[in-house]
Amino acid sequence: MTSITADTERRAAASAPRRVKRKTVQTVIWLVGLLVLTAIVLYPLLWLFLATFKPNAEFGQNSGLFPVSPTFDNYGKVMEGIAGVPMWRFFLNSFILAASAVVGTVMSSALAAYAFARVQFKGLGILFAAMIGTLLLPFHVVIIPQYIIFNKLGWIDTFIPLILPKFLATEAFFVFLIVQFIRQMPRDMDEAARIDGAGHLRIFWSIILPLIRPALITCAIFAFIWTWNDFLSPLLYLTSPENYPLPIALKLYNDASSGGADYGATVTASFVALVPIILFFVVFQRFLVDGVATQGLKG
Amino acid sequence: MSTTATRVIVTEDRPSAHLLRRGRRDLNPVRPGQRARARRETATGFAFLTPWLIGFLGLTLVPMAYSLYLSFTRYNIFQPPRMIGFDNYIRLFTKDPVFLQSAEITLIYVFVGTPITLGAALGVAMLLNYRDKGSGFFRSAFYAPSLIGASVSVAIVWRAMFAPDGPVDSGLQIFGINLGGWIGNPPMVLPMMILLHVWTFGSTMVIFLAGLKQIPKELYEAAEIDGANSWRRFRAVTIPMLSPVMFFNLLLGLIGAFQVFASAYIISNGTGGPAGMTNFITVYLYKRGFSDGQMGYAAAIAWVLLIVVALLAFILFRTQKSWVHYAGDDK
Repeated sequence: MTSITADTERRAAASAPRRVKRKTVQTVIWLVGLLVLTAIVLYPLLWLFLATFKPNAEFGQNSGLFPVSPTFDNYGKVMEGIAGVPMWRFFLNSFILAASAVVGTVMSSALAAYAFARVQFKGLGILFAAMIGTLLLPFHVVIIPQYIIFNKLGWIDTFIPLILPKFLATEAFFVFLIVQFIRQMPRDMDEAARIDGAGHLRIFWSIILPLIRPALITCAIFAFIWTWNDFLSPLLYLTSPENYPLPIALKLYNDASSGGADYGATVTASFVALVPIILFFVVFQRFLVDGVATQGLKG
Repeated sequence: MSTTATRVIVTEDRPSAHLLRRGRRDLNPVRPGQRARARRETATGFAFLTPWLIGFLGLTLVPMAYSLYLSFTRYNIFQPPRMIGFDNYIRLFTKDPVFLQSAEITLIYVFVGTPITLGAALGVAMLLNYRDKGSGFFRSAFYAPSLIGASVSVAIVWRAMFAPDGPVDSGLQIFGINLGGWIGNPPMVLPMMILLHVWTFGSTMVIFLAGLKQIPKELYEAAEIDGANSWRRFRAVTIPMLSPVMFFNLLLGLIGAFQVFASAYIISNGTGGPAGMTNFITVYLYKRGFSDGQMGYAAAIAWVLLIVVALLAFILFRTQKSWVHYAGDDK
C-alpha cells in the first residue's frame, strides 16, 4: 500500500516539472505565433503610418516600411486640401454627418426598441418581423428609388438625405441591439412604476433609458464610425466639393494620384482620415469588442 | 434569432428611488377599462414607433415597391418611365455579358471569401481561447481592421500594398514568387479583394470567441475521459456547440459580402477594372444607374440582387435544422 503511494508520488514528482516545461514551451509557441500574426495583420496600417513620412520620390522606389529620407512635407500639403477646399472643411463635414448620425440613431432607435420590447400593441408581431427583415436587406436595393425621391424633393447636394434616415431608425441593427438589451432588463421596475401610475413615456425616460445606457453607448460609437467611413451615400448625394466628407475627398486624392500625381498627399490624407477612428478604437476598444461579442454586431 | 444576440449583459446602473417616487405624482385614480387600455397601448406603441415607421414605409417599403415597378420600365430620370415588361430582366441574362461576369465574380467573392474569412476567424478564435492571459491584447489587435476594412483609406492602402513592386509584390519576390503584380493583373485582382475581406476577420472572430467561452468545460473533460482526441473533441463538442454562432456569422457574412462596394470602387477608380474583375454587382448597379442614367435597368439589377439574397437566407434558414444545434434541443 505504502509502496504504491510512494511510487505514484515519485512518478508525479518526476513528471510535474516535465509537464510544466511542456506547458511553457506551448505558451511560448502560442505567443510567438500570435505575435507574428499580429505583425502581418497590422502591417498595412503600420506601413500607411510610416509612408506618410516618405517624400514623393520614394513611392514606387521604396516599398519598405521606413522612409529613407523622412519628411513632414506631406502633412503640410494635405492641410491645404484638394479641389480648392481645405482639409479642415472635409473633417468638419464628416464630423457634422457623424455627430448627427449619433444623435438621430440613438434617439430614434431607442424609441422604436422600447415599443418593440415593452409595449403590447396590435401589429407588434408583423412589424417586428418586418424590422428583422430589413436587417438582412441589402442597402443597394433601395438606392435607386431613394435617390429619385430625394432628387424630386430637391435635396441633392444637401446633408438631408444623409442625416434624415438616421433620425428614422433605418439601421435595423441598432433597433435590434437595443430591443435585445431592454428584454434582458427585469420587468419588476416598470411594473412598480406602472402601479404607481407612470405611463410608458415616463417608464421609458426614467427607468429604461438609464438602464440601457451601455447599449446606447455601443450604438453611438458604431453609428459614428459607420457614418465616418460611409462612402456610397455621400457619393450619391453630394456634388460640390465644399460639402464633401472625408471619404469623397479621399476619392479625389485617389483619382488625382492615379494620374501619377502626388502620391504622398494621397497616403497622408488616408491616414489623417483614419486618425479619429483609431482614437475611438483606443479609447473605447473594450466597449467595441465587448459590443461585438455580446450583440453579434459586426464592425 | 441567434444566441450571440441574446446574451445577458449585466449592468450596474439602476434607476434611483426618487425616479420611482416622481412617477407617483402622476397617479391616475381612474382605472380605464380593458379595451380602452388595449387601445391606448396600441396608440402608445405606434407613437413610439413613429420615426421608425416613417423610415420603414418611406425609405424602405415604398422605395422597394417603386424599384420593382421601375425594373419593368426604361427610365433615365429626365423623361417619365416607360413600361417595357420583362425586357430589362431578359437583357440582363441573355444580352449583357458584363452583367453575367459581374454576377460571376460577385458569387466567387462571396462564396470563396466568406468561408475563408469564417475559417480564419474560427481558427484564430480557438487559438485565443487556448489561454486567457494576454489574449485580450490580440483580440483587440485582430479586431481593429474590421472597423476600417470598408473605408476608403484602407482601399487606398490596399492599392499601394498590392501595386506592382509594392510591399506585397516585392516581399513575395524575395521568396522567388513573381506574380507580376496584383493590381492591374486580372487573375490576381479577385484574390486581392478576397484577401481584403479576410483581413477583416476580427469582428467574426470576436463573436466566435464569445461563443467558445460559453461552451461548458465539462463537455471537453467528458470527451477526453471517453478517449476522444483533439480532432474528435473539435468535431463532437466544439462544432455542434458553436453551430448557432456559426449560422449567425455565415448568414450575415454572406449577405454582407454581397454588398462590397467602396473598396472595389476606389481600387478601380470607379471603373470596375481591370478586365471587369472588380466590377461587383453593386459597382455595376451604381455605374448603370448613376453614370449611364439607366435607372430602370439598375433597378432590375437591384431586384436580382435582392432575390438572390432572399433565396440564400431562405435556404440557410431551411437547412439550419439539420446542422444548427440549439441548447435545449434534446436530440
